[in-house]
Amino acid sequence: MRSMRQRVGRYLLLTPLGVTSILTVVIALGLITVLSFQRTDPAALFTDFTWAAYQDNVARPLFWRVLGRSLVISALVTIVTIVLAYPVAYFISFKAGQAKHILLVIVSAPFFTSYLLRIFGWKIILGFNGVLNSALLGLGLIDQPLAFLVYNPGAVIIALSHAYLAFAILPIYVSLDRIERALLEAASDLGARPASVFLKIVLPLSAPGVISAAVLIFVPTVGDYITPTLVGGPEGVMVANLIQSAFGKANDWPAGSAMSVATILTVGIPLLILFSLGHRRARSNA
Amino acid sequence: MTTEQPLASYLPASGNLSVSAMLRGMRRQWLWFYTRLFAVILYLPSVFILLFSFNSGIHVAFPLKEWTFDWYIALGRNGALLTAAGNSLKVGVAASLMSTTIGVLGGFALVRYRWPGGQGLTALSMMPLLMPSIIMGISLLVLLRTIGFGNSLTAITIGHIVFCTPLSLSIMMSRFVTLDRTLEEAALDLGANEIGTFLKITLPLSVSAIAASIILCLTASIDEFVIAFFLAGTDVTLPLYIWGQLRFPSRLPEILALGSCMLLGTLALIVVGEMLRRRGAAQNVT
Repeated sequence: MRSMRQRVGRYLLLTPLGVTSILTVVIALGLITVLSFQRTDPAALFTDFTWAAYQDNVARPLFWRVLGRSLVISALVTIVTIVLAYPVAYFISFKAGQAKHILLVIVSAPFFTSYLLRIFGWKIILGFNGVLNSALLGLGLIDQPLAFLVYNPGAVIIALSHAYLAFAILPIYVSLDRIERALLEAASDLGARPASVFLKIVLPLSAPGVISAAVLIFVPTVGDYITPTLVGGPEGVMVANLIQSAFGKANDWPAGSAMSVATILTVGIPLLILFSLGHRRARSNA
Repeated sequence: MTTEQPLASYLPASGNLSVSAMLRGMRRQWLWFYTRLFAVILYLPSVFILLFSFNSGIHVAFPLKEWTFDWYIALGRNGALLTAAGNSLKVGVAASLMSTTIGVLGGFALVRYRWPGGQGLTALSMMPLLMPSIIMGISLLVLLRTIGFGNSLTAITIGHIVFCTPLSLSIMMSRFVTLDRTLEEAALDLGANEIGTFLKITLPLSVSAIAASIILCLTASIDEFVIAFFLAGTDVTLPLYIWGQLRFPSRLPEILALGSCMLLGTLALIVVGEMLRRRGAAQNVT
């Protein structure tokens, strides 16, 4: 009797989490999938099942051009961010000594400040009459404001990379910090030069951190809305802008849902394959 | 080990100048320099927002005009802004308390008891962290509309509970993992039941982590834009207010002043939260 009550108690502990995180997210995602097969006419909602939203919105070159651009931008942002963040994570883990914890707080704190404001900061820096142009003009380095700084995919890449820098450091740092220091000493005692210690031991052992950083950057940035809207201009439109306008101005929810489902599948399926491959490899190594 | 030795100290004292020792020294210097530069660049956009919030000119460009506090004084007189700030605070307090409660209960259940597919359960609860905000925003919008719930501050609060719960869960889970289990077992051996042990042993030993979770969720909710953007009715939160004002160039300085307050407020809270979390991790036997 008592064990029965205990088991019920344990399930009660888990219920709120199950409802908010799991149920809400799963049901919400399920609903937009259902909605993506509905007609645009709100009066005819949930009456039949149609591919119309996919035919009219997903199966057109514009959608794939914008989604392709989003994927390329996110891939570049992921690479730039990891390349720039890796040396800092390495320094904090291996060389910072006492300053380790303070440095970690300093480099990760900006990630918790308003995302909107950090992107907005780039808009005022790169703007035509903005901080950078006025500074260069004042220094006499240019005669006219540079127009190519903002409202293009380059500006999106700069602002997004900067926004995710702080986020990339943590997972890389964690995997670097787990590396057994004795391994490195053994390698250098046996005559390995610092460069080969790094390439043959440190880099491979930190790969899990790099991969999780890559996923944590790539997935949210594909669907980023704020950055392309603030600094992207017409050439920097990303898939979130299409989805938003379907839910906003166009008021065509099935269209927005269909484009969301297509985006989730395009990003999600390769990720699932990656995960199951990694899982199988981890299992065969064990 | 100090990291800031002058370059000369890497040169051997004897006349036998070792090139490789010098190169090693320079590489360490280079990493230290790079980390500093990285930290500066990380804060750069925020620093410009802060700097120009004290500039009397309307344009965000060099050269700076006179120093002024006028924009900050104007904030206090702006009724719409104060209402938005009040809304943000209401949503943030409700969402952070709710999601921390869910995080405490769910985190405890996940760490202490075995669940079928436990790992997958944890991964699934963390999913909202990985999903692009726009997907979260539209799927919650569709879900709430389907169950007959209009756009409102309450809808934003529900969205932010879903958004903040994984943050709280990760803090609470890492707390419960490090908590000394023998204390709980001692209480159980001495005749306390599971609920009594949780309330009298586990919770008091986790106060710092709970406070850290509330603070982190509060800042995350107050700064969150995209989910609020889709779920807002006529009442707006601070980021939505800022978004609405970005169209008007004359309002820019005031937005900079508001942004500065938000950035500094968030940073201060994050530092306090980090100190609490650190103290919580060390707090095992009192």
